[in-house]
Amino acid sequence: MSDSLPNSYRTGPNERGLFGIYGGRFVAETLMPLILELEQAYRAAKADPAFQAEMDGFLEHYVGRPSPLYYAERLTQHLGGARIYLKREDLNHTGAHKINNVMGQILLARRMGKTRIIAETGAGQHGVATATACARFGLKCVVYMGEVDIERQKPNVFRMKLLGAEVVPAKSGSRTLKDALNEALRDWVSNVEDTFYCIGTVAGPAPYPEMVRDFQCIIGNETRRQMLKQEGRLPDSLVAAIGGGSNAIGLFHPFLDDKGVEIYGVEAAGLGLKTKTKHAASITGGKPGVLHGNRTYLLMDDDGQIIEGHSISAGLDYPGIGPEHAWLNDIGRVNYVSATDREALKAFELLCRLEGIIPALEPSHALAHAMKIAPKKPKDHLMVVNLSGRGDKDIFTVADILGVKL
Amino acid sequence: MSRIDARFAALKAEGRAALVTFITAGDPDPATSLKVLQGLPGAGADVIEIGMPFTDPMADGPAIQAAGLRALQGGQTMKKTLTLIRTFRRGDKTTPIVLMGYYNPIYVYGVEKFLKDARAAGVDGLIVVDLPPEEDDELCLPALAAGINFIRLATPTTDEKRAAAVFRNTSGFVYYVSVLGVTGSKVPDLKSVAANVRRLKGHTDLPIAVGFGVKSAEQARAIARVADGVVVGSALVTALAESLTKQGKATAKTPGMVHRVVADIARGVRSVKA
Repeated sequence: MSDSLPNSYRTGPNERGLFGIYGGRFVAETLMPLILELEQAYRAAKADPAFQAEMDGFLEHYVGRPSPLYYAERLTQHLGGARIYLKREDLNHTGAHKINNVMGQILLARRMGKTRIIAETGAGQHGVATATACARFGLKCVVYMGEVDIERQKPNVFRMKLLGAEVVPAKSGSRTLKDALNEALRDWVSNVEDTFYCIGTVAGPAPYPEMVRDFQCIIGNETRRQMLKQEGRLPDSLVAAIGGGSNAIGLFHPFLDDKGVEIYGVEAAGLGLKTKTKHAASITGGKPGVLHGNRTYLLMDDDGQIIEGHSISAGLDYPGIGPEHAWLNDIGRVNYVSATDREALKAFELLCRLEGIIPALEPSHALAHAMKIAPKKPKDHLMVVNLSGRGDKDIFTVADILGVKL
Repeated sequence: MSRIDARFAALKAEGRAALVTFITAGDPDPATSLKVLQGLPGAGADVIEIGMPFTDPMADGPAIQAAGLRALQGGQTMKKTLTLIRTFRRGDKTTPIVLMGYYNPIYVYGVEKFLKDARAAGVDGLIVVDLPPEEDDELCLPALAAGINFIRLATPTTDEKRAAAVFRNTSGFVYYVSVLGVTGSKVPDLKSVAANVRRLKGHTDLPIAVGFGVKSAEQARAIARVADGVVVGSALVTALAESLTKQGKATAKTPGMVHRVVADIARGVRSVKA
C-alpha cells in the first residue's frame, strides 16, 4: 500500500490530514471553515507551554494521573509465560481513558471562546467524561446518544444528567453510536458560532484523529517511563482493545519507532468474523471507505451502505476505526487481531478472580488476546495490557449473559 | 455545453429562474420512483436532482433521511439508481439530471467505473456533500475530465477566504445552502439570501440556485427574484411520504401528490420575470 517504509512512524498525518491514504477532511462545506479554525487553534495550543501546563495540572489533580503500571502477578503465574503489566486507566476519574482526551478538548474549547459543547457517545463513557469536564468549567453540554444505547446504558444516562448535561436521543438510522455521531455533526452544522464538537475517539475529519491521539499519548508516555523505572527496559509487547481506537493509539504511538516492541490491536469479533455482520472488526472484517469525515476501514455491504457493528461491549461496536490504525495495519507496524464476545467474557471473569480488578468489557478483549499469546512467550517477556476502563458499567450486561437477575 | 449549461442559458433568455427538484432514487420502490421522476418535467421541474440513498446522510434532515432509508429497504442500489436514470433518458433527452449524495457508495462502486456508467446513463452533474474542495482529487477532477459537471455547495460560512477555493474546479451551477443546518430544517431568511447571492456573484459567473428549507410557492417566488434557481427537496419528499400506506408502501396517488407540489411551486417560480 505504501511505497516505502518511513524512517519514523510518528510523523503523520500530512498537511492534508492523511496517514497514507487514510484520514482526510470529508465533510460538508459548512463545516470546513470550522475544522480549519480548530486545526489552527490546536496548533497554537500545542506550541504554547501555558496550555500544556494547564493540562498537566488538571491531569494530575483532577483526573488523578499518572495511572499505575501494575504488575499482575497472579495473572502472570496463571498464564505461565510473559510478565503481564496492566496500565490502570480504569483508575482515572470517571473510570476510563476517555477523560484524557476530554480534558484536552475542553481546555481548547475554552481557549477558543466556545460556550457550548456537543459530544456523541455509545456506551456513555465519553458522554460521562464530557459532561464531567463541562460541569467542572460551567459549560453547556449536549450529548447525543442512540435511542437503543440509551435503553441499554441507563446508569450512564443518569450520570450525565446528574452532571448537568442534556442527553438527546439519536432516533435516526440504526439508533446507535454511528447515528449519534451523525446527529452531533448535524447539530454542529446548525450551531457553528458557539459550539465545539468534542469527538470521543481518533476518528472524524482532520485534525481530530491527530488531536485526540496526542491527548491520549499520555498513556504510552507514562508507560514508557514507568516500565523503565520498574524493569529497567522497554516492554516487549503492547496489547490494547480497539473500537475507534483512542486508548490503543495512546498506548502504541510513543512506542511505534521502537522496532523491537510488538504491538497488538484487538478488535471485537462479536459472535465471530464468519457471521459477516455480527462483529465490529473493521480492519479484520471490513474494507476501506469514507464515513464521518475520514477514509478508513469500515463495516459495509457491497453497495457502500454502512452495517451496524455488534459486540458484547457497547464501546467497541462502532463500524469504523481511526485512520491512523488503518495505515498502521497496511504498513504492517501493528498486528490487528480480534477476540470474540465469549473470549472477552472469559477474560473478564478471570481478571476479577485473579487480580481483584473488574475490567470493562472493552479491555477484556485486550486481556483475551494477552491470554492467547502470553503462555507462548518466555518468562522475561514484558507485556503491557491497556486496562482502559473499569467494569462497573458492565455488570448488568454480564449478569444478563450469566443468567443472574440483579 | 452540457445539458445543465444549456438549460440555464435557455431560462436566462426566457428571463426566469430554474426550478430544481430533488427526489430520492428508489423511494419507496423502483417502479414508483420512475413514475415520479418521469412526471417531474411536465409538472414544471427544469433541473432534476436525484438522491443516491445512503445509510448515514450527515447533512440531511429527517425527511430526506427517511426517504433514503425507505429506498434502501426497498432494495435500492447504485446500479438501480443508474438504471432509473437510463430509463428516464429514453423519454427525455434534455432535462438535466444531477446525482446528489455522499461519497462512500461512489467510492465503493469505483470512481472510474461510476463516472463511465453515470455518463452512459445520462447523468449531467454531481453534488457530493462530503467532498469539499480540499478533496478535489477524489472525484471532482476525474468527473470534470469525464465531462460531468461538479456542482459545489456554498454556505453562509463560505467567507471571502474560502470562496476562491469553493468556486475553483466547479461547473454547471452553484448550490447555495441558504441556512446553517440540515436539509428541510429552517426557513431561509430572504434578506440574507439576497445579500449572500449578490456576494457570491462577485466570485463566479455560474448560475446560483438556492436551496435548503424552501417549502412554499411564496418562498419560491421570493427566492426566484434574487437567484438563478430555486431548489425544492424536503417538501417533495414529505409529500411523497404522506401519500404512502402505514407500511410505507406506494399508493396510486403517490406520483400525483409529488407532481402537484412541484406544479404549485413552479407557478411561484415562473411568476417572476426579469
